[in-house]
Amino acid sequence: MDIAFLLNGETQRIADQPPTRTLLDWLRETRGLTGTKEGCNEGDCGACTVMVTDETGCRALNACILMLPQLDGKAVRTVEGLTGPEGQPHPVQEAMVAHHGSQCGFCTPGFVMSMATAHANGQRDHDDRLTGNLCRCTGYAPIIRAARAIEETPVPAWLDDSGALPPRGITDSDAAFLPRSADELADWYLAHPGATLIAGATDIGLWVTKQLRDLPEPAFIAGIDDLRGVSVSDTEIRIGAMTTLAELQPAIAPHHPGFAEMIRRFGSAQVRAAATVGGNIANGSPIGDSPPALIALGATLHLRRGSERRSLPLEDFFLDYGKQDRRPGEFVEAVTIPRQEDRLRAYKISKRFDQDISALCGCISIRLDAGRVSEARIAFGGMAGTPKRAAGAEAALLGKDWSEAAVRAAMTALDGDFTPLSDMRASARYRAQAARNLLMRYFLEDQGQPVNVLEVGQ
Amino acid sequence: MSVGAPLPQDAAELHVRGSARYVDDIPVPPDCLHLAFGLAPVAAGRITGLDLAAARALPGVRAIWTAEDFPEMPDCSSSNADEPLLATGDIHYLGQPVFLVVADSHLTARRAARLGKVHVEERKPILTIEEALAADSRFEDGPRIWEFNDTAAALAAAPHRLSGRIEIGGQEHFYLEGQAALALPQEDGQMLVHSSTQHPTEIQHKVAHALHVPMSAVRVETRRMGGGFGGKESQGNPLAIACALTASRLGRPAKMRYDRDDDMQITGKRHDFRIAYEVGHDAEGRVLAVDFTQWTRCGWSMDLSLPVADRAMLHADNAYAIPAMRIESHRLRTNTQSATAFRGFGGPQGLLGIERVMDHVAAELGLDPLEVRQRNFYAEAPGEAVGLPRTPSEDISEVKRGAGTEVQVTPYHQPVTDFILHGLVGQLVETSDYHARRRAVAEWNAANPVLKKGLALTPVKFGISFTLTHLNQAGALVHVYQDGSILMNHGGTEMGQGLFQKVAQVAAARFGVSIDRVRITATDTGKVPNTSATAASSGSDLNGMAVQAACDQIRDRIAVLLAERHQARPEDVVFADDRVRVGGDEMSFEDAVALAYENRVSLSASGFYKTPEIEWDRIAGRGRPFYYFAYGAAVTEVVLDTLTGENRILRADILHDCGASLNPALDIGQIEGGYVQGAGWLTTEELVWDGSGRLRTHAPSTYKIPACSDRPPVFNVALWKCANRAATVYRSKAVGEPPLMLGVSAFLALSDAVASVRGDYPSLDAPATAERLLMAINR
Repeated sequence: MDIAFLLNGETQRIADQPPTRTLLDWLRETRGLTGTKEGCNEGDCGACTVMVTDETGCRALNACILMLPQLDGKAVRTVEGLTGPEGQPHPVQEAMVAHHGSQCGFCTPGFVMSMATAHANGQRDHDDRLTGNLCRCTGYAPIIRAARAIEETPVPAWLDDSGALPPRGITDSDAAFLPRSADELADWYLAHPGATLIAGATDIGLWVTKQLRDLPEPAFIAGIDDLRGVSVSDTEIRIGAMTTLAELQPAIAPHHPGFAEMIRRFGSAQVRAAATVGGNIANGSPIGDSPPALIALGATLHLRRGSERRSLPLEDFFLDYGKQDRRPGEFVEAVTIPRQEDRLRAYKISKRFDQDISALCGCISIRLDAGRVSEARIAFGGMAGTPKRAAGAEAALLGKDWSEAAVRAAMTALDGDFTPLSDMRASARYRAQAARNLLMRYFLEDQGQPVNVLEVGQ
Repeated sequence: MSVGAPLPQDAAELHVRGSARYVDDIPVPPDCLHLAFGLAPVAAGRITGLDLAAARALPGVRAIWTAEDFPEMPDCSSSNADEPLLATGDIHYLGQPVFLVVADSHLTARRAARLGKVHVEERKPILTIEEALAADSRFEDGPRIWEFNDTAAALAAAPHRLSGRIEIGGQEHFYLEGQAALALPQEDGQMLVHSSTQHPTEIQHKVAHALHVPMSAVRVETRRMGGGFGGKESQGNPLAIACALTASRLGRPAKMRYDRDDDMQITGKRHDFRIAYEVGHDAEGRVLAVDFTQWTRCGWSMDLSLPVADRAMLHADNAYAIPAMRIESHRLRTNTQSATAFRGFGGPQGLLGIERVMDHVAAELGLDPLEVRQRNFYAEAPGEAVGLPRTPSEDISEVKRGAGTEVQVTPYHQPVTDFILHGLVGQLVETSDYHARRRAVAEWNAANPVLKKGLALTPVKFGISFTLTHLNQAGALVHVYQDGSILMNHGGTEMGQGLFQKVAQVAAARFGVSIDRVRITATDTGKVPNTSATAASSGSDLNGMAVQAACDQIRDRIAVLLAERHQARPEDVVFADDRVRVGGDEMSFEDAVALAYENRVSLSASGFYKTPEIEWDRIAGRGRPFYYFAYGAAVTEVVLDTLTGENRILRADILHDCGASLNPALDIGQIEGGYVQGAGWLTTEELVWDGSGRLRTHAPSTYKIPACSDRPPVFNVALWKCANRAATVYRSKAVGEPPLMLGVSAFLALSDAVASVRGDYPSLDAPATAERLLMAINR
């Protein structure tokens, strides 16, 4: 491994570090830059937030689950690099002092980095920008006051690293593989079927930091440009596997706003900026939030192994808990959604609205023809060992008049579709009951009834 | 004057630049060792063997120590000598430290800790209240019982009766900075310890005990914590002891910080409670008698559970004058983390019990709960309701309990002489537009079948002082240097609450200088000895007074000198605006200080303070444990989805009493943060243990503190401007804990929303997760 990135404006070449070394550990332990804090070491608290810039702009990321090879060719700013060359404070730093936005101060460097990134990008959806930063002292009110206070303040010129990005380093080595094209990955993965493919590392990062696992033959694939992006044709929407959730959200919003709204609550800003659609599908988690929505939209998964390609309905990819229909050396290339009239609602139920793993996630798309149900696609996460369609409920609706009675019949049928588990997120009983009620919510919402507490004003 | 100015937290400029140093940020010598504990894999049993070969073989591991390596196992307990550093045969909870890894890096220490295998002959653990009661597993001989008047007779005579029960979950502190300590060995057996602790003196005491050295050989320094909330009152002891022992044995610096998951598995949390109540009341909602039974799971060791449970009893009345009350308190020993101090220290749980009773009585009678609360309030203290500054009431003889003739007292016989909630709540009702919104909520609910709103106003009356009376003392050390700069030190610790700045404001005010002249320094047991924990909201009350006493000595010495030279009286020397005026003359503060130095006047002083007038018999439940009470009230409006239990806060209005605030900006920060933390405790923050005693919520991925969007979108916070009647520092009031209990209004607003779709009282348990709410709707 031999990579290069900018750190607070200065080029770093890294050749002597293990590929799974996190940016956070390297900053704190190797570089002595202790402004970036470790709060949880799993990407949930944001105390380690840094700003990372590449050709597409700047984003806030969690340094604790960011492995050094992921930074190849990019620029990193830590809190130490937020101030100007003469030590002048960034406007967010001044505003946080003026508005009493810090108390114990431990979360503060992460907050100011998230806020400075949002400020640089002109984003004013402060709550969404800060979902990934936990503060236990202030109750957030003064932090939001600080964020609002600088909305009109110009972005300091010294923050712009986009013109000084170093060339990407050496891609191929025994320690870490950094392919730049899908073809390159396909050939290499065929020869190294036991390798670990790492995209955003928002899940795999925890294998390293929490499970303390060694990752065999790591390949860092988020930089594969031809696997990235959303394209819309007359017949389908194609989402490249390395498209991040942050990129998917605005791209899908005009077509399926309910999906975009669910993505708004997917992880946090830091997680969405790193996590990829391909990763969320390929790791096969029963509580990944994008598969139920994609399944409800009738998505097709596109897999590649060497030069061989195959496609299958997304729901067929998930065979059992922890088991997917993916052969050694095969990887997710893309997922496609047929163009359709939007009938999707995506309901994510969790203990906390933001940055929480779903207790259950119900995604429902019901098409009507002259008042009768002509198509019903209902998929749930969190209700079984895999993301799964509710076949019984779908059957109970199909061909019926779109009525409360039909919905009640589907609710009853849903009991036969799933046998959910109890865990720390919810009991089996709650999952079953809430899942049934989500069918009713869909119906009532379709009738124009207010059903969403997030849409209620005081 | 600096006192009363809304200055920022003392290190705000450092926080935003990332240059504020926490324990793990302190540069260490390259030979520093890093520690991690190997943890018990089961909740109860006897260790039959340890297999540490793989752990020892890991490159970079320098030592692994078990109970066998300590002829005398160091104790970590703050109360009862019942917390061995490492398990000595018996396992008491899942997550208990069993062996200690010493390695070259933090990561290597963690890896080795995972590789060790602990073999245990398992016992069935005692996890629940029922299991503990069945086994009579408890602290103290039996339940503690306090009774105020003849409760059974009062219940029997009451025209209306009701009973009920509430389960109240615990709470993880989730300080953003985990527990951490660093020990640096010094010459001649001395030890310097940096610890993220609210209680440096206790760290010093426990480390000295473990090292078999006098306390004078151990110096503990704490510049700041990244949050404490009570979780660093006693829970830092094992790390500091482990580091000091390692440093002592191996002669190298040693550092330990818990990984977040380890921190949550090892350390104690807020006590969970079950509270049952029998209530007698009249048709107007006046509560005539309450018989409370409180059960709490204390975990495996005593720690601070006795005073925590005491404080739950001490807040069973909250703001209400109840003629007869009996409180029975069971402190149960369970095979779980040892529950510990957490902001409010039992008070919030006790308070929730009586707030639940008020709500329940109102529901039975079909009254607005606010009306029931107001009818039961203690009588208002005489004197003006608003105004600042104000002379405190000297004559308490007029304060009556209701229509009776005797002085109104709490169930533990403390006179209530400073009650202000009639006026405070009255004002909040107006500013929050409570009554109109109550009607609007009802109308909204009538029009919306799926979503329901709820509204609740709840008050807080919180007792200020350590209930262990001797802890109510503090010391300070102040130096004035010959250039006129001031160095201030005291026994209080800074965990984000703003204590250091508030106390610096006091120091600046005493010398009549600008705040920039006062240098704030790390809490240091070598500068101020025998300090109490920064806890019980007492930080600024105690340390502010101690610093004031130190400053005044130096100031008075300078005044005496100047008075002599100007044929004036010392009391006529004026220190203000960085100047000193005496007679017709005036000089800069620096010149006055330089003159004092040249005239061989001592410019250094220690200050001391002890809270007056308090005495307390915890066995009898009688006395005056508190110097005064702090008050506040909150109105919260929520919306609830009856299909899923999803909910959110729409608006919160708070009026809170900080006396004459030393720093209104910092006080409002405590109130906003306390409210959100209290609301989190009672809504999304759910601790889940499985049947084997394993905590399943041991990381932020599974334990959900409020996030940014969970704060009330409309959040109106104001201070009740009224000086403390007690003679505290500048007539200010303590603010750390009381606002947490304002979050109770969020919980009862959710209960109100549930009640709108039920015919009867919902009897909601806490935390009110979406799941609990849906179950309460459908029950």
